[in-house]
Amino acid sequence: MTTHYLVLSALLFAIGAIGVLVRRNAIVVFMCVELMLNACNLAFVTFARQQGNLDGQIIAFFVMVVAAAEVVIGLAIIVMIFRTRRSASVDDANLLKY
Amino acid sequence: MNGTIQAPTIEYALLAPMLLVFGAAIIGVLVEAFAPRDLRKSIQMPLTLLALLGGFVLTVLNGINGLPDAPAAMGAVAVDGPALFIWGIILVLALVSTLLINDEDQFVAQAAAVPGSPDEEEAILSGYAQTEVYPLLLFSVGGMLLFASANDLLAMFVGLEVMSLPLYLLCGLARHRRLLSQEASVKYFLLGAFSSAFFLYGTALIYGYAGSVDLKAISAVLTEVSGQETLLLVGLALLGVGLLFKIGAAPFQAWKPDVYQGAPTAVTALMASTVLVAAFGAVLRVFWVALGGLEWDWKPVMWGIAILTMIVGAILAITQTEIKRMLAYSSIAHAGFLLTGVVAIGAAEQNRQALSAILFYLAAYGFTTVGAFAVVTMVRDAGGEAGHLSRWAGLGKRAPVLAGIFAFFLLAFAGIPLTSGFFGKYAVFSAAVAGDALPLVIVGVVSSAIAAFFYVRVIVLMFFNEPAVDGPSIATPTVGTSAVVALAAAATVVLGVFPQPVLDLADQAASALFIR
Repeated sequence: MTTHYLVLSALLFAIGAIGVLVRRNAIVVFMCVELMLNACNLAFVTFARQQGNLDGQIIAFFVMVVAAAEVVIGLAIIVMIFRTRRSASVDDANLLKY
Repeated sequence: MNGTIQAPTIEYALLAPMLLVFGAAIIGVLVEAFAPRDLRKSIQMPLTLLALLGGFVLTVLNGINGLPDAPAAMGAVAVDGPALFIWGIILVLALVSTLLINDEDQFVAQAAAVPGSPDEEEAILSGYAQTEVYPLLLFSVGGMLLFASANDLLAMFVGLEVMSLPLYLLCGLARHRRLLSQEASVKYFLLGAFSSAFFLYGTALIYGYAGSVDLKAISAVLTEVSGQETLLLVGLALLGVGLLFKIGAAPFQAWKPDVYQGAPTAVTALMASTVLVAAFGAVLRVFWVALGGLEWDWKPVMWGIAILTMIVGAILAITQTEIKRMLAYSSIAHAGFLLTGVVAIGAAEQNRQALSAILFYLAAYGFTTVGAFAVVTMVRDAGGEAGHLSRWAGLGKRAPVLAGIFAFFLLAFAGIPLTSGFFGKYAVFSAAVAGDALPLVIVGVVSSAIAAFFYVRVIVLMFFNEPAVDGPSIATPTVGTSAVVALAAAATVVLGVFPQPVLDLADQAASALFIR
């Protein structure tokens, strides 16, 4: 029953999206984004099984590489702002507004 | 499935512009690793310019050699008329922005040094420079080329990320007002990553529906009734969120003013012009090529988004007191005007007209934007650029030529006749009228009028106000910056007075529509 996997993937995606919206620490927000990407991977692999072709599994590998590149960039940016402000809270970054 | 793997065929000649840009970017990274520090800039700069110029020449050659009738690289990249036109615009605009980026004193001496620390002082004193800016720019431009020409959703996602990731970094590298710059970088990164996750989940759902991520295969499946429309429609919505975020359409526009203000102005010039061009290429491909059969499902929503984007952009721009934020909201409004062209999908003839209008608009808007931001880099205070609008008061009396050129760019944004903006807007709006979107055009014209109000307000501020005693100084422009301003002004005049050659070129590029 592949449907269960799809439900799980939708749940993971929703948890990730809600986490991005409600959490305040930039690292946690970023982890929630990664959770969303992994939910996508699960969906791709499940659909590949349902559709009976390998495209989805190949795409999952691409997504992993992209997510890894994103981690490199994201952690660099978050560490940079943490060293400047001594805080990784997204609420503290409030100079740019209106 | 008999165990043998067939080697893919890659049309290297067609993909040469993209490959050249990526190749130069990789060489740039090697230069960073192996060349001595004081030589790096003198290697990186010509390398970047040559790569972009070479890419442009190869794009033109591709155009002269005639267009293929099938996508290249096993269906992953479609090098068709619109793609070549968009590649040409992106490469020229990136080339022009490189001249701006080349200016001294814009990028941090050492990004790793904490602002205000002894480390930073030492880095500035020893004349360090982050020459990684050049390879990052090349990677980003390569990503844009792929993003705008991708013929399957996976290639499009990879292009999207390769375009965005270097931009997140570039945003955080301003030399002055580093806190703002770093904040812009974090905001852009978190929101950008969030939106690309939506794009990806949308791709997954559409793959689940169609069994393929190829745009042609998706559009072929749409005509078959299969009873899983929910999957398709949710996928379409999520995909749309990811793409509309990149063009900054309301309600996904929140990042744009912050990022445009915080990023180094040369990077803003690059982003504001080229990303919009690339993203519209992708939007058109997804909504016209893959999901054109669903137009009755996405058109009403797109109507709403186009109206909201035009109005939000025009009205919020009035309340701005920062020049770069104001230009950001103006860019949001322009994204709305372009969306009216996207909505004008219909019969083939009508699509051709709308497509060529959008292509012309993108070219006209891109040049004007680069020019406007180049002028912003030249008006300076003690601590960097004079961003606040009140500091621009009386600029017309202190630097009449500069203020005159800036006023001209603003008039082009407003779409006054005899500027490129007029023909761009006229073409897009007339395509929208032909596509039965008259109400959209009315909203468009009204919000153009609102937008004209704040452009003219800046002009009045510059020419009819007394300059402040301690007003900003006008930096003596370097050769690069003057060249950028001159080129952008020339393009704005030529496209406004004598637009026919470029209109013809856009028509020709649009004549065969997108290949599938």
